[in-house]
Amino acid sequence: MKREMTGAKMVVQALKDQGVDTVFGYPGGAVLPIYDEVFQQNDIRHILVRHEQGAVHAAEGYARATGKPGVVLVTSGPGATNAVTGLTDALMDSIPIVVLTGQVPTFMIGSDAFQEADTVGITRPCTKHNWLVKETEKLPAVLHEAFHVATHGRPGPVLVDIPKDVQFATATYTSPKPSVSHYQPQVKGDIEEITELAAAIEKARKPVFYTGGGVINSGPAASQLLRELVDATGFPVTSTLMGLGAYPASGKNWLGMLGMHGLYEANLAMHDCDLLINIGARFDDRITGRLDAFSPRSKKAHIDIDPSSINKVIKTDIPIVGDVGHVLEDLLKVWKSRGRKTNAEAVAKWHRQIDEWRKVKCLSYKPSENTIKPQHALERLEALTKNHDRYICTEVGQHQMWAAQYLHFEDPNRWMTSGGLGTMGYGFPASIGVQMAHPDALVINVAGEASWLMNMQEMGTAIQYRLPVKQFILNNERLGMVRQWQELLHGERYSHSWSEALPDFVKLAEAFGAKGILCKDPADLDDAIMEMINYDGPVIFDCLVEKHENCFPMIPSGKAHNEMLLGEAETKGVIDAKGSVLV
Amino acid sequence: MSALQIKKGASKHSAYNLRPTFSDVQERHTLAVLVENEPGVLARVIGLFSGRGYNIESLTVAEVDHTGHLSRITIVTTGTPQVIEQIKAQLGRIVPVHEVHDLTTEGASVERELAMLKVAGTGDKRVEALRLADIFRANVVDSTLNSFVFEITGAPDKIDAFADLMRPLGLTEIARTGVAALLRGD
Repeated sequence: MKREMTGAKMVVQALKDQGVDTVFGYPGGAVLPIYDEVFQQNDIRHILVRHEQGAVHAAEGYARATGKPGVVLVTSGPGATNAVTGLTDALMDSIPIVVLTGQVPTFMIGSDAFQEADTVGITRPCTKHNWLVKETEKLPAVLHEAFHVATHGRPGPVLVDIPKDVQFATATYTSPKPSVSHYQPQVKGDIEEITELAAAIEKARKPVFYTGGGVINSGPAASQLLRELVDATGFPVTSTLMGLGAYPASGKNWLGMLGMHGLYEANLAMHDCDLLINIGARFDDRITGRLDAFSPRSKKAHIDIDPSSINKVIKTDIPIVGDVGHVLEDLLKVWKSRGRKTNAEAVAKWHRQIDEWRKVKCLSYKPSENTIKPQHALERLEALTKNHDRYICTEVGQHQMWAAQYLHFEDPNRWMTSGGLGTMGYGFPASIGVQMAHPDALVINVAGEASWLMNMQEMGTAIQYRLPVKQFILNNERLGMVRQWQELLHGERYSHSWSEALPDFVKLAEAFGAKGILCKDPADLDDAIMEMINYDGPVIFDCLVEKHENCFPMIPSGKAHNEMLLGEAETKGVIDAKGSVLV
Repeated sequence: MSALQIKKGASKHSAYNLRPTFSDVQERHTLAVLVENEPGVLARVIGLFSGRGYNIESLTVAEVDHTGHLSRITIVTTGTPQVIEQIKAQLGRIVPVHEVHDLTTEGASVERELAMLKVAGTGDKRVEALRLADIFRANVVDSTLNSFVFEITGAPDKIDAFADLMRPLGLTEIARTGVAALLRGD
């Protein structure tokens, strides 16, 4: 289908043709023609955020909760630069995002015009790809290509910069074609390597699956295949922060999260295993700890759609480049056709060893009747919400790690958190994006008070669109994780790590037209949480928790998996000078 | 390339892939990268090298296919085998990159560079410069009564050697294009 239309209309038409139903954005001079087209149609919902960073995080939340690309529309200059943090966040966590930015007219580019910025230059290192479109006739193809690139291969953010004169000019619109792009990443894994992995599975005595966000990104079928593989082999499975929910937390082979604040049994299984099967994870430094002591005796297989992830930090014995879903399907076929063999006796012994580690009960903490322990607050939140159609977002810090430890995820796409970039201020706008995608679900943002304040202006968005997002703030009046590191590494000199001059969160909620709940007594906690759940509208839940609680277990920087600290352990002097250089 | 047409390093089962990936030895590799000739593509490649801390010894770029809008970037880089593999993988995932070839591992290749050298001098030095230029098969492309501009083509080592000889004879300026390289054979 070919039609003459303006560049601005092409944008709206291309979004419709790409199946977009929701756009998060903020208008400004250089995108006015597009906003004019947005005004004159009803197929695409535009959500007006209160800051462009919020728009990108909301689109990320939407993308992660649906598996579809999130779309952002912002203006030139400050609109684009405000989007940079969100773009980098999406790049690090491989989230498909399409950001459309306005730009000054082509004839003014380079003249330091009002609200001009070199948007493609600034965003080149923080996007998977970006385009500056200088001719209206090229706009439709670029927009379709942008969606293709964002969603194919390792997903990621893309940006299309559209000068204002290109939006006004008229040209022929072309519909998306079944891919004309040369960008076609390999999805099928090498069958020789897959067979080698199947053979390794048959022989393994102490195997472990180490899964990551790649399983979620590959789609629901990949999670199903993972469950089938784990349950058929009976091998234990752990996951990174990004991969929670791919295998259900109630599953019998579940070890819990691994890594710096991962579970004791998961990290020790990684350290002692003889076959490590990495499925869609990337050996991040939060996972590996000290590299030369990482899983020293294991054969390592690595399934990843991005060839650059393989052998980047950890030497891999069985590298498989491909999409997790495709590779797991082939792996299951090969392994079944070879007779579904495992070394069952040795694996049973391995499980008994893991059960010994479980007895350490690494998540136990000192309960209190006077103050709310943050761990207790999350245990109660889990107990009272687990039967709901529930989505959890988080900000970044101690509360994020506690949420990953104490909340349980049964399905993929239910957990939205900033893993790679660690962006404080991510969770609130992300919860808005999730609630837009799932209007009837219970969407909770587990937050710290400091993170939450970074994008609190989005309260206006939540009210405007009647989004009943629940902001569950574990308020310790501290930058808890910073305070913890200062205690462990910097001689208890708490430099600027407390939250002075905090607002009254209940009054703040009321000022925006939302509900505020204050809870400081453990005895009131359950009732207060129920009140939050049952309120039909956005809630700010100010949960005053123990101020000096540390997040354990913890693998200090520069230490190995088997050198982790537990809750009641002596922590003084455990991080040596070399470790304190790491972050 | 072997008679079996297996590229070196193409598979870990290849008999030729004997380099340990995680060795500490620094290697020099010449990479040929075919890219879509679109705005910003060179910035993407250079940004990758600076952003991830890789070395560039030499870089040349020009459009080689005017109808297909493809440019060929020839990069000479150094690093451990693991870093070289990372560079190739990272280049490969830049969207407008079509092909990445490691001319150092894929087979024998020829490398050439063009340089122009300005040598100023009179008397014996001037005669000697001209005589050496003849030995190196350098051409005189400009001359005045007290200077020459030589044009020389060859492997980078040959240009280095020529420049070293010209230095005491009055070398005042040198311009080099960087390396262009192709695999030998068909």
